[in-house]
Amino acid sequence: MMAAEESGDASRTLVAQANAALAARARWSPLEIAFWLAAAASIFLFPTKHLILTEIAILGLFALSLDLLLGYAGIVSLGHAAFFGFGAYAAGLLAKYHVVNEPVLALLASGIATMLLGFVTSFLVLRGSDLTRLMVTLGVALVLREIANRLEITGGADGLQGIVMDPILGRFSFDIYGHVAYVYSLIMLFALFLVARRIVNSPFGLSLRSLKGNPLRAAAIGIHVNGRLVAIYTIAAGYAGIAGALLTQTTQFASLSVLDFERSADVLLILIIGGTGYLYGGLIGAVLFKLMQDWLANLTPQYWQFWIGLILVIIVLVGRDRITRTTDPIRALVQRATDRVWSGVRGSG
Amino acid sequence: MLTILFDGIAYGMLLFVVACGLAVTLGLMNLVNLAHGAFAMAGGYITVVLVNRLGVPFLASLPLAFLLTAAIGVVLERTLYVHVYAKSHLEQVLFTIGLVFMSVAAVDYIMGSQQQFVRLPGYLQGQINVMGVGIGRYRLLIIAICGLLTIALQFALAGTRFGSRLRAAVDDERVARGLGINVNVVFAVTFAVGSGLAGLGGALGAEILGLDPTFPLKFMIYFLIVVTVGGTSSITGPFVASLLLGIADVAGKYYVPSLGAFVIYTVMIVVLIWRPQGLFSRAASR
Repeated sequence: MMAAEESGDASRTLVAQANAALAARARWSPLEIAFWLAAAASIFLFPTKHLILTEIAILGLFALSLDLLLGYAGIVSLGHAAFFGFGAYAAGLLAKYHVVNEPVLALLASGIATMLLGFVTSFLVLRGSDLTRLMVTLGVALVLREIANRLEITGGADGLQGIVMDPILGRFSFDIYGHVAYVYSLIMLFALFLVARRIVNSPFGLSLRSLKGNPLRAAAIGIHVNGRLVAIYTIAAGYAGIAGALLTQTTQFASLSVLDFERSADVLLILIIGGTGYLYGGLIGAVLFKLMQDWLANLTPQYWQFWIGLILVIIVLVGRDRITRTTDPIRALVQRATDRVWSGVRGSG
Repeated sequence: MLTILFDGIAYGMLLFVVACGLAVTLGLMNLVNLAHGAFAMAGGYITVVLVNRLGVPFLASLPLAFLLTAAIGVVLERTLYVHVYAKSHLEQVLFTIGLVFMSVAAVDYIMGSQQQFVRLPGYLQGQINVMGVGIGRYRLLIIAICGLLTIALQFALAGTRFGSRLRAAVDDERVARGLGINVNVVFAVTFAVGSGLAGLGGALGAEILGLDPTFPLKFMIYFLIVVTVGGTSSITGPFVASLLLGIADVAGKYYVPSLGAFVIYTVMIVVLIWRPQGLFSRAASR
C-alpha cells in the first residue's frame, strides 16, 4: 500500500519534470519573436514587393511541411509536390465550380482533402529503406501529375483557368498588387506555424524525434512507430496541400507545374539551405532561395537552374553538418539570452 | 502487331543499355545516381556534334560516344562522386539532382533548347519486310548492338577476373582491400563503363527517345523503374524489366494512348511495395 503510494508520487514528480522540460523547450526565444515581428513589418516596409513576398510565404509553408516529415520524423520524400499540387487543384476546383466560395473555408477544405490523400498514401512509405521511400514518393507525384494531365476537369496541360476568388471572409477582396494576398498568406503561415510548433514540442513531437533516431528502440520503449509515421505524414500532407491551395487562391490559376518534379526538388533544396529540424529552416530557406532565384534569374534569365544545381552539389560536398555548425555560436548566444530573459521573468514574478 | 512488339523490344533494349550502368552503380556500389540520364544525354549530344558538324560516319561515332562519355564519367567519379559514396541516400539524391540541373542548363546554354536529330546514313533508314512484318533497319541495328552488349556484360561480370573482383569489392570492401584488390580502381572502371554504356545508349537512342536538354529529367524515372523493378542483383533482372517496360510503353502508347504513362508508374509503386528488392531478385541477401 505504502509502496504503491510512493511510486505514485515518484511518477507524479516524473510527469511534472517532463512537463517542465517540455515547457522549457516550447519557450519563445527573442530571436523567434524578432523573426515574426520582421515578417509582420515586411507588410509595411516593402509594399511594392508583395507579389514575391507572397511566393516566399507559400514556399516557406511548403518547406515547413517537408520539415515536419524530414526534419522531425526522418521520412525522405522526393515527391512532396504531390500534396502541394493536390491542394492547389482542390482549391482551384472548389472555387471554379462554386462549391466553397469563401477562401478561408476553401483553404481548410483543400487542406483536409489533401490530408485524406496523405493518409491513404502514408501506408506506402511505412515499408522499405530510404531508397524505396524516395522512389515511391516520386512515383506517387508522377501518377498524380499524369492524372491531372489526362483528366478533363483539371484542364490538362492548359491548366485550370477561369478561377475567380470571392473576398476573404466576405470583406477583403484580392487586389492586383497582391497586398491582400500577402497579408492573407502571412497570417495563414503564422497560424499553421503555431500549430506546427505546438505539435513538435508536444510528447507526440518528441516521440517522432526518438523514432527518427532509432525506430527499433522507439518501438521497444512502447512507441507505436507506424501509427506515428502515418499521423505525421497525414499532417505534413495537409500542410503542403494548404500551401498549394494558397498558391491557387493568390494567383487564381493552377497548372501542371504545381506537380512537377522540379517543385519537389526545389522544396528539398529550400529545406536543406535553411537546415532541417527546427521549423525555421524552411522559412529562412524560402527567403534565401527566392532572393537567390530572383537575383540569378536577373543575371542569366534562362540558366539560373545551373547555379541552383551548383549550390546543391556544394552543400553536399561541404557537408550539411559543417554548414549548420557555422551558425552554432549564434544559436548558443540566443539560447543564453533566452535563459536569462526567462529566469528574469520568473525571478520578478 | 508484330511491328509494335519489335519496336517495343528495340525500345526496351535501349533502356537496358542506358540503365544497366545505373543498375551497377546502385546495386553494386550502393550509389543513388539520379544524374545517370545526364551521361546518356552527353553521349547523344556527342554523336550529334560528331555526325552533323564534323562529318564522322554514324557507326564510327558510336564507339567514340562510348569512350568520351566514359572519360567524362571517370573524371567526375574521381573528382566528385568519390566523396559521396559514404553519404546517406538523401545526400546522394541532392547531389545528383544538383548535377542534373547543372547538366540541363549547361547543355541548354551550349546547344540550345531545341530537339536535336542525328543525320542517319541512308542504309539505316526505311524498313525491310520479313514475312509481312515491317522491321525498321535502324531498330534492327539497335537490337543487334544491344543484344551483343548484354551477352558481353553478362560474361564480363560472371566469367572474368575483373567481374569477380568487382563482386568481391561490393560484398565486403574491407576484405577485398585486404586481399590486395585495388577497390578504388575497380569502382572507377565500373563507373566509367557504366556511364560509357549510358552514353552509347543515348547515342543510339537520340533518334528514338528524342534528344533535348531536359532528357535526364524526362527519362530519369524510366531508368529508375528498370532498376527497381528488375532488382540489382543480376544483369538479367534489369534486362527482362527493360524489355517488359519497353514493350508495355510502346504498346500502351499505341493501343490505349489515354492512359499514358499512368500504368507504368502505378506498376512501379506496386512492385516497390510488394517486393522492395525487385521482381527478379533472389531473396534479399542484405
